[in-house]
Amino acid sequence: MEKLLAWIDDRFPLTKVWEEHASKYYAPKNFNFWYYFGILATVMLVLQIFTGIFLTMHYKPDTALAFASVEYIMRDVSWGWLIRYLHSTGSSFFFIVVYLHMYRALLYGSHRQPRELLWIIGVVIFIALMAEAFMGYLLPWGNMSYWGAQVIISLFDAIPFVGPALAEWIRGDFVVGDATLNRFFAFHVIAVPLVLVVLVFVHIVALHKVGSNNPDGIEIKKKKDANGIPLDGIPFHPYYTVKDLVGVIVFLMVFSAVVFFAPELGGWFLEHDNFVPANILQTPPEIVPLWYFTPFYSILRATNTDLVLALRGIVVLAALVALFKARGLSRLVALGMAGALLAALFMLDAKVWGVLLMVGSLLLFFFLPWLDRSPAKSIRYRGWMYKLALAVLVLSFFILGYLGTRPAAGPNLIIAQVCTLLYFAFFLFMPWYTSIDKTRPVPERVTK
Amino acid sequence: MKNIFFILLCVVLPGTVFASGGEHARLDAVHIDLNDKESLQRGARTFVNYCLSCHSASYMRYSRLGEDLGIRDELVKENLLFAADKPGELMKAVMPRDDARQWFGTAPPDLSLVARARGPEWFYTYMRSFYREDKSPSGWDNTVFQHVAMPHVLYEWQGEQRAVHRTVKHESVVVKDGKTVKKLSEEKVFDHFEIEKPGRMSTSQYDAAMRDLTNFMVYLGEPAKLVRYRVGVFVLAFLAIFLVVAWLLKKEYWKDVH
Repeated sequence: MEKLLAWIDDRFPLTKVWEEHASKYYAPKNFNFWYYFGILATVMLVLQIFTGIFLTMHYKPDTALAFASVEYIMRDVSWGWLIRYLHSTGSSFFFIVVYLHMYRALLYGSHRQPRELLWIIGVVIFIALMAEAFMGYLLPWGNMSYWGAQVIISLFDAIPFVGPALAEWIRGDFVVGDATLNRFFAFHVIAVPLVLVVLVFVHIVALHKVGSNNPDGIEIKKKKDANGIPLDGIPFHPYYTVKDLVGVIVFLMVFSAVVFFAPELGGWFLEHDNFVPANILQTPPEIVPLWYFTPFYSILRATNTDLVLALRGIVVLAALVALFKARGLSRLVALGMAGALLAALFMLDAKVWGVLLMVGSLLLFFFLPWLDRSPAKSIRYRGWMYKLALAVLVLSFFILGYLGTRPAAGPNLIIAQVCTLLYFAFFLFMPWYTSIDKTRPVPERVTK
Repeated sequence: MKNIFFILLCVVLPGTVFASGGEHARLDAVHIDLNDKESLQRGARTFVNYCLSCHSASYMRYSRLGEDLGIRDELVKENLLFAADKPGELMKAVMPRDDARQWFGTAPPDLSLVARARGPEWFYTYMRSFYREDKSPSGWDNTVFQHVAMPHVLYEWQGEQRAVHRTVKHESVVVKDGKTVKKLSEEKVFDHFEIEKPGRMSTSQYDAAMRDLTNFMVYLGEPAKLVRYRVGVFVLAFLAIFLVVAWLLKKEYWKDVH
């Protein structure tokens, strides 16, 4: 055995990799509940790829056959129903896990220096995952698949000048059709998964370069013993492999409970209207994307002329503040930006702003490491302002998510507009409230 | 002060009236029990004898139905195969689609997934809510699905019923030429059914037959439901045992972490 290992090590750095990334990779010893979601996201990725391969063996990417082939999998393929439910429930759980993984970063400042690049790669993964889920949702060719894709692709129509041509280029047709289904299939089963796997690999490489953050938000590498081992670190293997195993099993129990006892989850994970084949002549009463898109969909729908009017007012207010508070060059820059923004707010249609705000609500995540000015990373040592801001973000995210499934009219619309503004306020006011927020002193070593 | 109150009334009242107008038909609860094999078999018989003439269940095979419901192949062949030659075939409607489209103005939808798309309560209530309507081309209408093209296929069982509507009066206050005026509006709302010509079954017998049919439709929507719960219990039991072992292993390793 040892001889074999030596033989391999002469040709491939097996022992070296194992030690660097597992047995001698030191992770903080104070990980809590929120630190399971990285490994759980990895588990979900593997599960989705694995079940996806088996689904591909029976699925037919053809508008005349797709819907029936899914029912064929559900009825005639041995254990096909299980593979399909694992995959459909899996996509929802993947997003649950990823959202909680991102929330963990906001709690403990995992996006802060020196982990900015790690965070950026993570946001790219999140966006790639959304593309993956969106294209996968067309494949069953149910009526909601069809109309959901129709609505989202027609968003590109809003882009001035090139919009309609771009939307047509994406669809490969004037309406969502066979060409669309085939290309979405190609992207869903090979192009995007390939990108995802590479990005996840890079994400982990970047993580192991800088090391994990922890609930105290302090760098364990700053306090090392005589051998150069962090005093608050423990080897990833065996400590975290056995601990993560427990977490993975608990997660799988929750996951299985849904897969076996409520795979539709009352229409939240599998929509009722998607049990009707795609019908170009019959729009569902309400076109609703799956829950993981609804917060962003809500922002899109909330943006009407009233909201654009409110935005103009906000920009003018901001410009006034800059006029009186800022000095010299920064005042000039701020006023110039406000002028340009105001011009854009007058020139572009509310529909275009809807798309811009929806895209912006995602892109803002990229800037988070630089927007945050607090001396403390972890919420444990931050003041009430950040705690309040985070609570407002989470609350408005949930409300937007719920409203995305309801008709956008009346009070619903106004609430969605308020939540949209609150969502953006979390990011845009962050440099201000994190710099004046009163933090507590951060300890030298990790606490229990 | 009074004026403000009336203005408020004007704003609020039309809203409430509008809300009641857009109401959906009330759906009746139905007890679904997929362990009740006999109920499923009775439902299957009704489905094959009546529904399958016009509607398909084209994702389902006769053989699978026989296997799941405990009906032997010979019995399937004798009693269920009117529209097919072999038990392995899919359950396609007897009536050609194009003919159906001509006769009814629309092709009868495939029913494999109707219980999943619309829900068992909808199906159960729909099947019991046909009533005589002379103005409709088929002579029938349905309170759950207005202006439905489908006639009441099971009228010989249920009999012919009449929909009794009641008038609901709405009172609203309107400001007219600076004066407040009370305005009355009327709306016809469905109240209950009355049997005009009795059928072969009593109301409770017909309800029971429709419950069996609904039970079968739920099975038809997802045959895997028969095994999914059972497998789920085993999976959860296995994971629970695995969890105990993994937990003990974790505790053992973490003893020296302080």
